Amino acid sequence: MHIMEGFLPPAHALGWAAASLPFMAWGLHSVGQSLRAHPERRMLLGVAAAFAFLLSALKLPSVTGSCSHPTGVGLGALLFGPAAMVPVGFVVLLFQALLLAHGGVTTLGANVFSMAIVGPFVSYGVFRALAAFGLSRSVAVFLAACLGDLATYVTTSLQLAWAFPDPVGGIQVSFAKFAGIFALTQVPIAISEGLLTVLVVNAMARFNEHELRALPVMALRKGEGA
Amino acid sequence: MKARTWMIWAAIVLLTVLPLWLVSAPPVEPGAEAPSVFGGADERAQQAIGSIAPDYKPWFSPVVEPASGEIASLLFALQAALGAGVIGFWLGMSVTRERARRAAAQNQPPASLPQDRRAD
Repeated sequence: MHIMEGFLPPAHALGWAAASLPFMAWGLHSVGQSLRAHPERRMLLGVAAAFAFLLSALKLPSVTGSCSHPTGVGLGALLFGPAAMVPVGFVVLLFQALLLAHGGVTTLGANVFSMAIVGPFVSYGVFRALAAFGLSRSVAVFLAACLGDLATYVTTSLQLAWAFPDPVGGIQVSFAKFAGIFALTQVPIAISEGLLTVLVVNAMARFNEHELRALPVMALRKGEGA
Repeated sequence: MKARTWMIWAAIVLLTVLPLWLVSAPPVEPGAEAPSVFGGADERAQQAIGSIAPDYKPWFSPVVEPASGEIASLLFALQAALGAGVIGFWLGMSVTRERARRAAAQNQPPASLPQDRRAD
């Protein structure tokens, strides 16, 4: 989903950066507050960040015959809330933009918006909705991570379609083209990410039950306050 | 590990490996370069931009570009290793802590152990 360096017109690049900025400030504030109140959560936040680092480095083959990578930000969004994953996703994307020429500095704002903002917020929203319906934790975690991942790639497709509307059919035709590349490729990979997230959450539930229960999102399911 | 955990792992491996069998390389046209399979979706998007807006020129190029594909894969491996290392450390620590907690609970009444206070 990384829009390549220089591949967004300057106005779009600036616009997405400006749109991401308030979320970034909110995320930094939220992480700082959470760690000040609960220093013992540092380890789990590290695991959530490591998960995003690991998953976004894995380019997996897909049924469309091209490769793409999961994002790994759903896990952290479920544990610490969606805002906390904005700075984490930003660090991952900055690392890749500066060292790997994957993504870019000019497209960082747009990439942060799709991977570190839309993805985590969709994951969080899906989880809350499913938890309210009383679905089991594994099912809710799976769907949340899976749909959050897909939402990121749909957002990227929209961003590119907006910047490069088809000369004849406009944004819609262009969106269909980019979604065919990104969102379709992503379907099996999003399922993999959902399953991996379930595995990690299960391991956390087994070994860190008490920390996990105190986390805002997981507490929600059991009707306990944070 | 529980049977369900094994099944989830198997599903992940299948989802990753099956495309390699399902997708075959498109036929090579005479005189043309062999089309590549399993390239990055990002590159496909770049080509799509080229076909929608042939006049568009990227206005900025990457600050540092990995010297070759090998160096790029080294850096990607490094990124994955960093992530996996932290997760492995946490998992090892958690398993050991859980084991110690269980052993302590078996030997002595848990209330007398100071490190068990967190678990209460």
